[in-house]
Amino acid sequence: MAQTYHTTVGSRRYRFNGLAELMAKATPPRSGDRLAGVMAESAEERVVAQMVLAELPLTTFLNEALIPYEEDEITRLIIDEHDTHAFAPIRHLTVGDFRNWLLSDQATSEALTAVRAGVTPEMAAAVSKLMRNQDLILVAKKCQVTTAFRNTIGLPGRLSTRLQPNHPTDDVTGIAASILDGLLYGSGDAVIGINPATDNVAQSVKLMRLMDEVINKYEIPTQSCVLTHVTNTLEAIEQGAPVDLVFQSIGGTEATNRSFGFDLSTLAEAETAAQTLNRGTVGRNVMYFETGQGSSLSAGAHHGLDQQTCEARAYAVARKFNPLLVNTVVGFIGPEYLFDGKEITRAGLEDHFCGKLLGVPMGCDVCYTNHAEADQNDMDNLLTLLGVAGCNFVMGIPGSDDIMLNYQTTSFHDALYARRVLGLKAAPEFEQWLEKMQIFEDVSTHRLNDRLPAAFANSLRHLPQEPRYGA
Amino acid sequence: MAHNESPPIVVENPWERLNAFTDARIGLGRAGVSLPTTKHLDFQLAHAQAQDAVHCALDGNSLEAALTNTLGLTMPLIRLHSHAQDRATYLQRPDYGRRLSDESREHLLNAAVTGQRFDLAVVIVDGLSALAVQQNSAPFLAALTECLTRDANDWQLAPFTMVEQGRVAIGDEVGSLLNADAVLVMIGERPGLSSPDSLGLYMTWAPEVGLKDDRRNCISNVRPAGLKAEEAARRLVLLLKEARQLKVSGVKLKDRSEEDVLEGNSAKGSTRNFLVAD
Repeated sequence: MAQTYHTTVGSRRYRFNGLAELMAKATPPRSGDRLAGVMAESAEERVVAQMVLAELPLTTFLNEALIPYEEDEITRLIIDEHDTHAFAPIRHLTVGDFRNWLLSDQATSEALTAVRAGVTPEMAAAVSKLMRNQDLILVAKKCQVTTAFRNTIGLPGRLSTRLQPNHPTDDVTGIAASILDGLLYGSGDAVIGINPATDNVAQSVKLMRLMDEVINKYEIPTQSCVLTHVTNTLEAIEQGAPVDLVFQSIGGTEATNRSFGFDLSTLAEAETAAQTLNRGTVGRNVMYFETGQGSSLSAGAHHGLDQQTCEARAYAVARKFNPLLVNTVVGFIGPEYLFDGKEITRAGLEDHFCGKLLGVPMGCDVCYTNHAEADQNDMDNLLTLLGVAGCNFVMGIPGSDDIMLNYQTTSFHDALYARRVLGLKAAPEFEQWLEKMQIFEDVSTHRLNDRLPAAFANSLRHLPQEPRYGA
Repeated sequence: MAHNESPPIVVENPWERLNAFTDARIGLGRAGVSLPTTKHLDFQLAHAQAQDAVHCALDGNSLEAALTNTLGLTMPLIRLHSHAQDRATYLQRPDYGRRLSDESREHLLNAAVTGQRFDLAVVIVDGLSALAVQQNSAPFLAALTECLTRDANDWQLAPFTMVEQGRVAIGDEVGSLLNADAVLVMIGERPGLSSPDSLGLYMTWAPEVGLKDDRRNCISNVRPAGLKAEEAARRLVLLLKEARQLKVSGVKLKDRSEEDVLEGNSAKGSTRNFLVAD
C-alpha cells in the first residue's frame, strides 16, 4: 500500500496520500499540473510538501515505485539498472541532505560523475523540487556529460548549436539557404537537424542525402539528423541511406512511448542499426532524443504523476541508449503545460539539471509558441541562464523563426550573443573548421568575417537564376 | 575632402539574395553579432500579429458561404462546439477541446442519419488559427472531392461538420457519432510568425473517443505558400485508400505518397542545390 504522509503546520494538519501526490504537491507551480489536478492547493501546502519531501530518505524511491514495476517498462528499467555501488556514497541521505550534498564542496565534478548511475530520475526530480533556480544552475554546471560522433559535445566552456534549417515544403534550395546562413554564423556543431514537413521514408532519405552531401563537400566536422519517427529511420538504414543520428521523441512512461509508436526494444534496435553503419569519426553516440514536460499528460499516460517527474523519467530512457544529444523542447508544448515565461524558465532549468545529474547530454530548445505568454525577453533570460549552467547545446535557426514548426527558438545571432557574453566556444573540431574556412575573422573573440569566405562565394555562383521557391 | 571612412555599423550579409528561395529569416545582417534594429522590429511586429491571430474567432457564416460557393454544398454545415466555452478556457484545458459540449453531441446525434454508414467524415476545426481554416478549407475540400470523385472506389461522405474551440482528437467523437469508417480533421495549426494561415490534416481510421496520436496520420502546412491544396489532397487520398484497404491508420500506415521519388532520377527526388552544385 502507498504510504501516507502527515505533518502539522500551526493549527493545520496536512496529509499527502502517497509519494506521487507528495512529489506533485511539492512541485513549483505550472499550468500542466493544474490541468492534471495534481497541483498543491495553496502556496503553503506546496512548501509543506517540500518540507515533508526533504525529510524522506533517498532509499524511499527504491522501495516505492511511482508507477508499478509490473505495469511499466521504464519503472523496470530504472529499478533493474540501478547501480547500488554508485549509490553507496549518497545512500544514507534524505532528499533535503541530498540537496546540501549536491551544493557542497564534496560534490566535485568527479564525485557527481561517480554517483550518476546510483541516482534515479525520481531522486533527481525530488531534489530539484527543493532547489532554487541558482541551485539548479550551480549543480548542473558541476555535472559534465561529454559525447562524440564527428566532434565532441559538452566539454567545459563550450556551447554547441543544432542548426535547424526547416522549410515548410522541404524545398532543397530553401533548406540549403538556411544551412549556409547558419554555417556562416558559426552554427551547426551539435547537429544539422531537419524536421521534415512530411513524415515519410522517401522524404527523409532525400533530406539525409542532402545534408550528407553538404557535410562531405565542405568537410564539416558535424553530424546530420532527420527528425522522423524511429521506424522510418530504421527503414532508411535498410535502404542504405546515410544515417548519422537516429531521432525519436521520448517520454517517461511506457504508455507515453506507446502513444508515440515505439518501445524500448525499438530504440535498442535503432541504436544497434546506426552503430553498425560506423559513420562516426571521434565517437559512437548515435541517438538524438527530444523530450518536454507535459508530453505524458498530453498522451493521457501520466499515471497521476506531476509533469516534471514524468520528464525526469524520460532521461532514464535516454541514458540507456547513449545519446549524442538530448534536447528538452521546453516551450514547444504550449501554455496548457507551461503557461508563461516564468514557468518555461523554471522548467528549462529543472530539465537541464535533472538530465545532467543523471548523466544525459542535455541541451535545450529555448522556445515558445505564439499562444503562450512569453516573448523574446523570456528567451534571452533562459538562454543566458542555461549558458551559465553549462548547457551542452541550444538551437540555431534563422531569425528565431521556425517557418515549418511555427514556433520561436534561439537564433544564430542569439547563440553568438551567449558565446560572446559568457566566453563560450563551439565544439573544438568545429571551431577549427570555422577558422580554417575563414568564417570568423577571429574565432576566439567571436568576430565574424565581414566578407564571404571563398568556398561559399564559389557556391553562390551556382544559384539558379529564377527562384524556384513559391513557383 | 577626407571623409570618415570608418566601417559600417551594420554588416550586411553578402548572401542576402538567398532570401528569394525561402521565407526563413536568413541574411539578416548584424550589428556586432546582434540583430540590426530594423530586423529586430520586423520580428516584434510579426510576433504581435501572431499573438493577435490566436485570439481571432472562427466565422461560421462566411465559412459556410465559401464552402457553398466552391463545393455547392447541398446540406448546411453542421455547427458544433467543444466543451471549452471560450478561448481562455481552450488554451488552458486541452481536455475540454477534445470533447463536444453536451448540446453539440445531442445536435449531432439528431442531425446524423440513423444507421447509415459513411466512408469518410470531414470535420473542420478552428484549432489555434481560425484564419487558416477560413482561408484554406474551401480550396482544399474542392481538391479533395475532385480526387475522391476520380477514384475507382465510391466514397460516401458524411455531412460536413465544423467545430469551434476544438482540438484534433474531437474528430474521433464526431467521426464515431456519424458512423464513419474514417475521419479527416482539418484544423488551424499554431500560427507561426511567417505562417499564421497553416492548415493541418489528421486522418484516423475507425475513429472512437480516446484514441492516441499513434493512430493518426498527419499532413501539415497546407496553405498557398506551403503545401498546395491539390498536392495535399493527392497525398491524403493515397493515405485514405491505403487505410481503407488495410483497415489501419497512424504509425502502422506509412505515408508512401512520395515513394516514387526514390525510383529513377525524377527531379523531385534530387538533392541538387547550389551548395553542392559542382
